[in-house]
Amino acid sequence: MKLPFKLTFWRVLFGIVTLAGAYAVFVRVNQGLGAATNLSDQFPWGLWVGFDVVTGVGLAAGGFTIAGAVYVLHLKQFYPVLRPAILTAFLGYVLVVVGLLIDIGHPLRIYHPMLMGNFQSVMFEVAMCVTFYTSVLALEFSTVVFEKFGWKRPKKWVGKVIVPLVIVGVILSFLHQSSLGSLYLIMPSKLYPLWYSPLLPAFFLISAISTGCAMVIFESHLSFRAFGHRLEKHILKHLGRVMLLGMALYLVLKVQDFTTRGVWNLMFENRMETYVFWLEMLIGSIIPIVLLSIKKVRLSTKGLYVCSIFAISGFLFNRMNVTITGMTASSGVNYIPSWMEISVSLAIVGMVIFLFALAVRYFPVFGTPLKESQKQKLNKLSKIQGENSDKVSSNYTHIS
Amino acid sequence: MDNRKALLIDVNLCVGCKACVEACREENNQPEDGDMSVLSSTAYTAVIEKEEVYTRKMCMHCEVPTCVSVCPVGALEKTESGAVIYHYEKCIGCRYCMQACPYSVPTYEWASTKPKVQKCTMCYPRQKVGDIPACAEACPAEATIFGDRDELLAIARQRRIDEPETYINHIFGEHEAGGTSVLFTSSIPFDELGLPMNLPMEPLPNLTWDVLSKIPRFSVFFGTFLYGVWWVIDRRMEIADKGNNQLTEAVWNQRNQKDEV
Ligand code: SF4
Ligand code: SF4
Repeated sequence: MKLPFKLTFWRVLFGIVTLAGAYAVFVRVNQGLGAATNLSDQFPWGLWVGFDVVTGVGLAAGGFTIAGAVYVLHLKQFYPVLRPAILTAFLGYVLVVVGLLIDIGHPLRIYHPMLMGNFQSVMFEVAMCVTFYTSVLALEFSTVVFEKFGWKRPKKWVGKVIVPLVIVGVILSFLHQSSLGSLYLIMPSKLYPLWYSPLLPAFFLISAISTGCAMVIFESHLSFRAFGHRLEKHILKHLGRVMLLGMALYLVLKVQDFTTRGVWNLMFENRMETYVFWLEMLIGSIIPIVLLSIKKVRLSTKGLYVCSIFAISGFLFNRMNVTITGMTASSGVNYIPSWMEISVSLAIVGMVIFLFALAVRYFPVFGTPLKESQKQKLNKLSKIQGENSDKVSSNYTHIS
Repeated sequence: MDNRKALLIDVNLCVGCKACVEACREENNQPEDGDMSVLSSTAYTAVIEKEEVYTRKMCMHCEVPTCVSVCPVGALEKTESGAVIYHYEKCIGCRYCMQACPYSVPTYEWASTKPKVQKCTMCYPRQKVGDIPACAEACPAEATIFGDRDELLAIARQRRIDEPETYINHIFGEHEAGGTSVLFTSSIPFDELGLPMNLPMEPLPNLTWDVLSKIPRFSVFFGTFLYGVWWVIDRRMEIADKGNNQLTEAVWNQRNQKDEV
């Protein structure tokens, strides 16, 4: 038998994970959350909330960061990463919603917050922002679709409103990225004090922005390997700088927060939370900050790649710690996700990658390569203008 | 506030007979099997033994309930009588109420595909027709009594005055997290009874409201700010980059034309 595609390790893995995830969803739908998850009355939020929703939304923060940089701050040098970032964010959010539908007890009532919203609820606010922002992302990405089919008019229409659209997207993102942290503000007696802080919204927002940049760096490397689209070093360099800035700010705020709350002693107590916290801070803050402060690392593609892996892992650690580790002590139970929970989460990650690859194949996500003659013209042009060659030396078209 | 009802549970009087648990089951048509010392989706109250005294566990019917404030669809409601009740038709099953309740009270029908959140209703249906909650009615030792919150607080204070050796100087629920409609008095500290002692005295929903209430103003300011930034940079670039842009565009147009051919 001949398969229509090559069997590679990753494809086999993707197949297995997807099948397992699909089976888990089947069990979840037919027998309820109890049969599929290790959740309990003592531990009502587990991996699906912690990873699929809280972490997923954070990892998709590259979308608004880059869109804001390109359209609001006019940093056109980021244009080559704009489309991939928006695509990732869009797919990320769509799958966050899928994850949410699997997790909530009444997925068919997903529209209820729209009709009977409770303005005092952070969850309501997050639901609204995610809904609207996903639509904004769809519109932002629609230009790529229009371009593919050569529909000039709709593309022009979206182009006309793109600036206000991006601004709305940035506001919505600021709101819900921080609000994911605010979800926990109401649990001062339940969330372990290493993580509970009145500054949770600020921590969540800042770490989402720096991790958004890390994700763009990380992705651009993977897409280089997978699709051969090389990204300019200078773009990554800028992203690395933003990342460093965000992480430094995060660390300073953390120090300030620990001092005001007087919880430094907790960092030296002999308990599970302490160790995990140290690990989180080392991987997600201290190591990448030290690495990025070294100029050689910051300016090398490899170095940035390594830093982005640290940043993303640290981010994962942090969100898992807030949602799971930090809630363990007060719950009195030891929650460990079931294999079905894990497989659904992995399948969701697999889905994002799969859909991304599919979209790259059919849509001009990475722009259209310039022809040699055009490149020469552009280069000459930049020399004439005495411009910083950063601006036009890209191999891809910069059109907004 | 005035005619809000409450329950006063006096741990010193409780004999551990579990009549309240049985009455509760009967009232809510719940099955008879199962542990009488844990809350579950089929048990709204429980009697637990701690340090040779008995205490009850149930929804505290907070004065400013966390569960009501976190529910995205308003499926939980603080009624005028003080009881906190649940509207199944609205609930989306997100379990934020369970996660956020400082006493970890609400439970969930994990085995159901149409799960309900379950918790004590302070017998709201009975209260509406003028009856008192089933547990208070069933208690043979008057360890659980029902009445106006103010009066019950006065009774609790009086007990401490009459017998200062048997009552600690603390009524749990008077101020905790803004106060509750289920009050406890005891001879031993409340943390030994399993009640959380690390709660702030202000209502917990204030903690989120402080942030949430700033959103409209923040959005307007931030939006204006971003638009301003865009405009300023745009103007500057327009002036500085005019020639450059035109040339770039020319290249682009040329390329497009070629594509179309
Ligand atoms: S004890 Fe929990 S469930 Fe009961 S009213 Fe208070 S917050 Fe709501
Ligand atoms: S589970 Fe139901 S009642 Fe509880 S917060 Fe969610 S929607 Fe509201």
